[in-house]
Amino acid sequence: MPPIERFRSFSIIAHIDHGKSTLADRILELCKAVDSRDMRAQYLDSMDLERERGITIKAQNVRLDWKDHVLNLIDTPGHVDFGYEVSRSLAACEGALLLVDASQGIEAQTLANCYQALEADLTIVAALNKIDLPAAEPDKRAEEIERVLGIPAHEVLRISAKTGEGVEALLDAIVAQVPPPSGDPDAPLQALMFDSVYDPYRGVVSSVRVFEGTLTSGAKLLYVNAGANHDAEEIGVRRPGMTPVAALGPGEVGYLIAGIKDVGEARVGETVTTAVKPGVAMPGYREPKPMVFCGLYPVDGDEYALLRESLEKLRLNDSSFTYEPETSGALGFGFRCGFLGLLHMEITRERLEREYRLSLVATAPNVEYVAHLTNGGTEIVDNPSSLPPTNDTDFIEEPYTTVTMLTPTEYVGTLMELCQQRRGEMGKMEYLSEERVELVYELPLAEIVMDFFDQLKSRTKGYASLDYEPSGYRRSNLVKVDVLLNSAPVDAFSAIVHRDKAYDYGRRMTQKLRELIPRQLFDVPIQAAISGRIIARETVKAKRKDVIAKCYGGDISRKRKLLDRQKEGKKRMKQIGRVEVPQEAFVAALTLDD
Amino acid sequence: MIPGVDPDRPGVYVHVPFCTHRCDYCAFTTFTDRGHLIGEYVDACVTHVGRLVASGRLVEAATVYVGGGTPSLVPSADLARLLDAIPRAADAEVTVEVNPDSVDGTALATYRSAGVTRVSVGVQSTRPTVLAALGRTHDRDNVTRTVDALHRVGLPSWNLDLIVGAAGETDADLDATLDEVLALEPPHLSVYGLMVEPGTPLARRVADGEVPAPDPDVQADRYLVADARLTAAGLDWYEVSNWARPGHECRHNLGYWAGADCLAVGAAAHGHLAGTRWVNVPTPESYVRRVADGLDPAASSETVGPATRERERTGLALRTRWGVPVPPDRTDRLADLVGAGLVEVTDGRVVCTPAGRLLASEVTLALWPDAHDDPDGPSPAARPGVGTRYH
Ligand SMILES: Nc1nc2c(ncn2[C@@H]2O[C@H](COP(=O)(O)OP(=O)(O)OP(=O)(O)O)[C@@H](O)[C@H]2O)c(=O)[nH]1
Ligand SMILES: C[S@@+](CC[C@H](N)C(=O)[O-])C[C@H]1O[C@@H](n2cnc3c(N)ncnc32)[C@H](O)[C@@H]1O
Ligand code: SF4
Ligand SMILES: [Mg+2]
Repeated sequence: MPPIERFRSFSIIAHIDHGKSTLADRILELCKAVDSRDMRAQYLDSMDLERERGITIKAQNVRLDWKDHVLNLIDTPGHVDFGYEVSRSLAACEGALLLVDASQGIEAQTLANCYQALEADLTIVAALNKIDLPAAEPDKRAEEIERVLGIPAHEVLRISAKTGEGVEALLDAIVAQVPPPSGDPDAPLQALMFDSVYDPYRGVVSSVRVFEGTLTSGAKLLYVNAGANHDAEEIGVRRPGMTPVAALGPGEVGYLIAGIKDVGEARVGETVTTAVKPGVAMPGYREPKPMVFCGLYPVDGDEYALLRESLEKLRLNDSSFTYEPETSGALGFGFRCGFLGLLHMEITRERLEREYRLSLVATAPNVEYVAHLTNGGTEIVDNPSSLPPTNDTDFIEEPYTTVTMLTPTEYVGTLMELCQQRRGEMGKMEYLSEERVELVYELPLAEIVMDFFDQLKSRTKGYASLDYEPSGYRRSNLVKVDVLLNSAPVDAFSAIVHRDKAYDYGRRMTQKLRELIPRQLFDVPIQAAISGRIIARETVKAKRKDVIAKCYGGDISRKRKLLDRQKEGKKRMKQIGRVEVPQEAFVAALTLDD
Repeated sequence: MIPGVDPDRPGVYVHVPFCTHRCDYCAFTTFTDRGHLIGEYVDACVTHVGRLVASGRLVEAATVYVGGGTPSLVPSADLARLLDAIPRAADAEVTVEVNPDSVDGTALATYRSAGVTRVSVGVQSTRPTVLAALGRTHDRDNVTRTVDALHRVGLPSWNLDLIVGAAGETDADLDATLDEVLALEPPHLSVYGLMVEPGTPLARRVADGEVPAPDPDVQADRYLVADARLTAAGLDWYEVSNWARPGHECRHNLGYWAGADCLAVGAAAHGHLAGTRWVNVPTPESYVRRVADGLDPAASSETVGPATRERERTGLALRTRWGVPVPPDRTDRLADLVGAGLVEVTDGRVVCTPAGRLLASEVTLALWPDAHDDPDGPSPAARPGVGTRYH
């Protein structure tokens, strides 16, 4: 094994789509880690969902040989919802490679991720990517980086992850600038678990970074926080295929399998040490606070236990979501889950459905409110249907966020208008360069959760970006809007909205539901109400005709198959009272058109 | 339970895939550019029938149905030759489909002497605007002339086909069509709600927003109007889209709905024999070649297991006046359907009301056995047929 001075650990960080995973491809090739036969674009994006959506969701680490050095590279996601992946990755590294798209320049997550790396005391190597693009303006972007981030323009490298231009020089720069790890191989072991995944055959497979001491195969281990003992069944490194090794010394990143089946005993942030010569626990991670919540229910009530088990296992691989059992009059037994954002919610739901073969109903997302009661107490409300009655409530507070938007100058007006509509208050406006402006607003989180991001993108032709962080609670004039189906309130449809927008919300929600709920054998009235007072009403008219007019010899099989499909479709619907409601209806609020 | 179906004798369906013009809505296998093939096509059908007889698969047909396409494009002497080749029961029903503008008294007389007992005329509408919207080539006078000829020839039974719900059709159009058609005193009427079939020019025009998709509510209203008018005129409803004076029900079609066997002659014809369903090769050329090569013209087939057949039977029977026996294990759902006015229960049988016929799919699903009770599992996929040689 090469001496510790030859190790370099770094994360690639950037705004979404600036080319991190594509750069990782070039690096894998340069280091001959992947056979050219097996190479494919964004090789490290191995999840189906990542490939379908073309984004990284999970950070991936890989160990590479570069000249006479060993590199530990971690490719991280760029989307704001997956910031927790970035922060954990940074904790396993000495360096960060900050990538900036030379045609786009600095964007909101460029700043956010760069600040995170600085806070973690990492050495930052900056590079402009996509210089092959005709729209690339590397000189201008380099100056922007110097002005905004304080990295001297002449130090900013220029590469194309597509063509490979400049990537070799970039690796040399990383070796030259990022310091090697430090640590004593003979000290008591301190290995930080920064990621985990559950494998049905091998149990928990954890990613670890050794800080002090040596992790050896077969060692008797102590999981410090859990206070549990396990044997190191297999340790190894990802090259990127899992390759067992005998030992991992200080500075090394690898995986650890210790035959753990109880996922509760291998939480991310855990410190692993040896039973004979235990080291102390490392600081671990600050668990991120979920920002949006929704109910997740199995379509088929019998799958409740399976859902619970699946949540437990998935949480091992993604500790940034939370879940707690809850019951809904309409949907039965399920869980109230917390997420870092809407994309995170959508991805988690899809992973549950795909990786654990569940069919789920998700309710509309909401934020967490604080109800101040007339009796002086307070209640945290993460589910609109559990908002205490108006009579018992003194006032309600809702979470606010500081939203940072980076936009070309010409869109400042339309963005200010958007923020105005969303109850925003301007914090500051600053010109980063002649044509780029940083806008900072205080906005209710609930307003961002809806479709703020889509609006921002469509109003600015995709050129603006945003980042947000919580900025505390404020008192607001909020009401609960209930939805009644066939005259019975459906708790899963309740929403908390600002009083000024309640009427409009009720009208649009009932309209949307009328579009989404298929016609049934009887009229289905849909009503919106505030404290029992109806504010909007629509009706799904009874279905009159579904018969196939002609059915002779050749049509008989076709008709039967059609009926079979119709029957399958019915199974995917949730029965609420006598009404069949499709899964999409529960997140209808998400897609209310303006 | 469906009457008039002979369980021991199969029906024979002959497909004639030729038309002079393709109607926008039509998804039937038919060609407008291959009239020159009609002669050899009929020859091939005759040869094919001969083999069915020689192999013992066809002894005596209970019914024969020559459908299209436009069978009336076949010279009547050729059609007679084809019918002559098919051995039939003494009381066999023999139907030929005709287009109003491609048939005349002489042809009908030839049909009559060849043993045809029933003629089905594609009228669709009598209103010029509706006919134009459907892309039809004939007019009302063609229809009157055809019906006059039918009377002269003295055919025992005949049918007129109507389509309702085309773009631009008004309530008044339907009323007028019904007035004019009922004045002809047909013994049988088929009234079809216009279906937008995938792959048709109509489907493309609907997808492109050129014409609106038929409104199911409008179709439902028109259906109920037609049902009332036809019933009042002495035509009794007996299948979703079919009405007849007593004794004039189409026995060939009753056979389909009873799950009876049916042999398939001609390109793209569908057959059914003891739980196997097949379809012949799709073009006249390929059919002619197959027959010339001594091969079975079946292109693909599927086996329909007993449980699936049972479900099919339920679905088909619920489309008819005879309905199904009260299912023993569906009390709640049946009560819902009765409550909603969709079915009636009389003499231990469940039969759809007019409103229920329009919702026959929902009614069927409610009364179907659950999928997991079905040992056949989901519908079996069609598999390629084997080119068996006749011995
Ligand atoms: N022209 C050009 N396109 C590039 C270059 N690098 C990446 N791209 C393209 O940019 C898009 C995004 O690339 P990714 O590598 O997936 O970006 P990412 O930063 O990993 O994205 P996330 O992981 O979702 O944050 C893809 O379409 C790439 O092909 C480059 O150097 N030149
Ligand atoms: C097999 S077609 C052929 C009849 C004949 N060639 C003609 O057009 O007069 C028999 C009948 O099916 C009906 N039909 C065909 N396509 C239809 C559709 N898309 N929707 C409703 N009825 C249809 C028409 O009433 C037509 O007369
Ligand atoms: S409806 Fe009749 S005439 Fe028109 S294309 Fe179809 S088969 Fe031919
Ligand atoms: Mg990526």
